[in-house]
Amino acid sequence: MKVLLSGNEAIARGAYEAGVKVAVGYPGTPSTEILENIVNYQEVYAQWSPNEKVAFEVAIGASIAGGRALVTMKHVGVNVAADPLFTFSYTGVNGGLVLISADDPGMHSSQNEQDNRRYAKFAKIPVLEPSDSQDAKDFVGEAYKISEKFDTPVMLRITTRIAHSQTTVQCAEPQEQTIKAYEKQPQKYVMIPAYARSRHVVVEERLQKLTEFAKDTSLNKLELRDKKFGIITSGICYQYVKEAFPEASILKLGLTFPLNQEYIKEFADQVEKLYIVEELEPFLEEAVSLMGIEVTGKALFPVIGEISASQIKEKIEQDLGLKDTTTSKIGVEDLPAAPGRPPVLCPGCPHRAVFYTLKKLKLTVAGDIGCYTLGALPPLEALDSCICMGASIGNALGMEKANPELAGKVVAVIGDSTFFHSGITGLVDMVYNKGRGTVLVLDNRTTAMTGHQQHPGTGKTLQGEAIDAVNIAAIAKAVGVKRVIEVDPFDLPRLEEVIKEETASPETSLIIAKRPCALLTKNNKNTTVAIDEEKCVNCKQCLALGCPAIALRDGRVTLNAAICTGCNLCAQVCRVGAIKKAGDDLE
Amino acid sequence: MNILLVGVGGQGTILASKVLTEVAMDSGLEVKMSEIHGMAQRGGSVVTQIKIGKEIFSPLIEKGEADIIVAFEQLEALRWLEYLKPQGAMVINTQIIEPVPVIMGKAQYPQEIVEKIKDKVERVIAIDALKCAVECGNPKVSNVVMIGVLAKKMDFPQEVWLKSLEKKVPAAYLETNLKAFAKGYEQG
Ligand SMILES: Cc1ncc(C[n+]2csc(CCOP(=O)(O)OP(=O)(O)O)c2C)c(N)n1
Ligand code: SF4
Repeated sequence: MKVLLSGNEAIARGAYEAGVKVAVGYPGTPSTEILENIVNYQEVYAQWSPNEKVAFEVAIGASIAGGRALVTMKHVGVNVAADPLFTFSYTGVNGGLVLISADDPGMHSSQNEQDNRRYAKFAKIPVLEPSDSQDAKDFVGEAYKISEKFDTPVMLRITTRIAHSQTTVQCAEPQEQTIKAYEKQPQKYVMIPAYARSRHVVVEERLQKLTEFAKDTSLNKLELRDKKFGIITSGICYQYVKEAFPEASILKLGLTFPLNQEYIKEFADQVEKLYIVEELEPFLEEAVSLMGIEVTGKALFPVIGEISASQIKEKIEQDLGLKDTTTSKIGVEDLPAAPGRPPVLCPGCPHRAVFYTLKKLKLTVAGDIGCYTLGALPPLEALDSCICMGASIGNALGMEKANPELAGKVVAVIGDSTFFHSGITGLVDMVYNKGRGTVLVLDNRTTAMTGHQQHPGTGKTLQGEAIDAVNIAAIAKAVGVKRVIEVDPFDLPRLEEVIKEETASPETSLIIAKRPCALLTKNNKNTTVAIDEEKCVNCKQCLALGCPAIALRDGRVTLNAAICTGCNLCAQVCRVGAIKKAGDDLE
Repeated sequence: MNILLVGVGGQGTILASKVLTEVAMDSGLEVKMSEIHGMAQRGGSVVTQIKIGKEIFSPLIEKGEADIIVAFEQLEALRWLEYLKPQGAMVINTQIIEPVPVIMGKAQYPQEIVEKIKDKVERVIAIDALKCAVECGNPKVSNVVMIGVLAKKMDFPQEVWLKSLEKKVPAAYLETNLKAFAKGYEQG
């Protein structure tokens, strides 16, 4: 039967069909829905790990034990998992292991746009790139065959458009996969220098064999048509190229590392001019150029952001001196520009209270990644840095060590999921090196940014099964933080008092601002606040909260009761008592 | 056939796209549908791109390529106008949702958007879907009113739409949804 599946749903299906035993990952757009969908296949054991490195290590364990393993993450997650990846390339697998790297050209929801095919080459493992959901599903199965045949982890690299586009898929019956026998093999799996040296030789030999394999694998597809020019491409760009030039000759690479020189040359020789269309890095272009083949790629297409079908058409037509055939459009130059609609903290978001207070106290704020990064945008504008997950605590410590003037004025702000991901070691460092910083854990009881996944502190597993939640305060105390305080961020005066006290104290403190994400409690909505127009002096102090439920209309502050959650922050901020608290009787 | 559904996070564009793709699949056509999730829940602009036909390559619709744009909010209609084919049709829900820069008084919400679009595009239908939805008994079904208008603009038989709607909405809400669909269909 044909069904419409997103690339992520298709990968989940592919893993099920391939008899995967263990699927593990950490959320991150655009990879998150893979594990969320695998839950539908009860034959597969699936779990969230606290971060990508641990996830990768769990998958390695599953592979060594003899089961097929899948590990999913967004592109920056591979940075976190890079350490086990590089050495697992040496040991190779027992049960096949496939790493899904979901890259995000155009940074739809990421802090950078690195091209992870470079990782595959760096770690000397093969990388597959599907061009639609059918490919995505089928390539998972192929990846396991390659993994077990060549004794290597395999990377399946997708991009946002593959992950989040739905295309039709023909599903197959799942194969029965038995667990391979576990055999103790220290020379293969214990990477002490003496054993690793011989494994490195194996890795180089493997790469040779894979290069041979690349000559006639069905993962690559040759479409010979008009020979005036030919295009080598992969992934979503294949679809754009077909859209732009349905009559062109195309070499669609499903296996983009390693490449086979003979195979590429054969195609190059048949066309008069050769182009390479790929997003981000000139990954294929460099490999093909090194073969001594003349090719045009990044001379026409950017290394920044996504590429489009119309751009491909325009650039190649221009390059070949063909006439421009781009479509006509409606002229909009004379219309008013549409103001942007940036994402904002939801009405009732507990993070808002913290950023309002930090800004008021004029503190320097080392930030982290999550919904709370939105605290960087106007009007709150409370963040001073945001680098990668878990960075806030180390950043705050470094700031105070370099610049004594900042000591006592720096706080680190980190979400609960991020704290478990990579905040704990930073906290140990702060205690160990006598930092006097204040760490604020914004504990909204979920991984909100990526769509509300469970994590070790929520008390639930990926499947929603109840477990004992890991306790943040207990961890902080255990690593030696003496000042651990919990506060409700919706109690603004208390929050301010606590932050003042803790930043003034000469040792490390940890404040847990605890209050569930407003979207988790959406259904038990209480009453809304109300603005008393008589009392309101229109000072606009409440607007400084940046709440979408309070708007400036015809110069006056007005409430949008339809979206107000009654969090009462504005009522606490108003200096003249013009905002009636939710729950209080209206006159 | 290229269709763009544009709106603001939380307006129910996703249900609309599910109903439409089901209709197209049911009619034996090839479908590709693309939407970026991520920031959608935080009140940002959202867009769903749907391509229907015999053979489709790119899942994305570029400027000047949409046959129909269904805008769930006025400002979003203006934002995506460039994507419409000069002969394409635009369906606009006249609801206004102010973005934060406007709320903060840092930007102006453009005036008379529908009129300005009508100056450029022949086939425009503007409808107060929120009001229609309230009349059907639930403000949340304004997205289904919009589906009704879209259905009238496309060639698939009405039964196919109703069947798809039945599949995609919970049984408890089906009656209100069918009412909303009919209301949109009337005005399409
Ligand atoms: C290494 C890495 N993995 C995953 C992500 C994707 N990501 C961004 S924020 C976030 C989680 C945020 O959760 P939390 O810290 O609880 O903050 P909240 O969004 O709930 O406010 C994730 C998974 C990332 N940016 N980097
Ligand atoms: S989803 Fe939750 S944490 Fe994120 S902005 Fe909304 S209320 Fe805040």
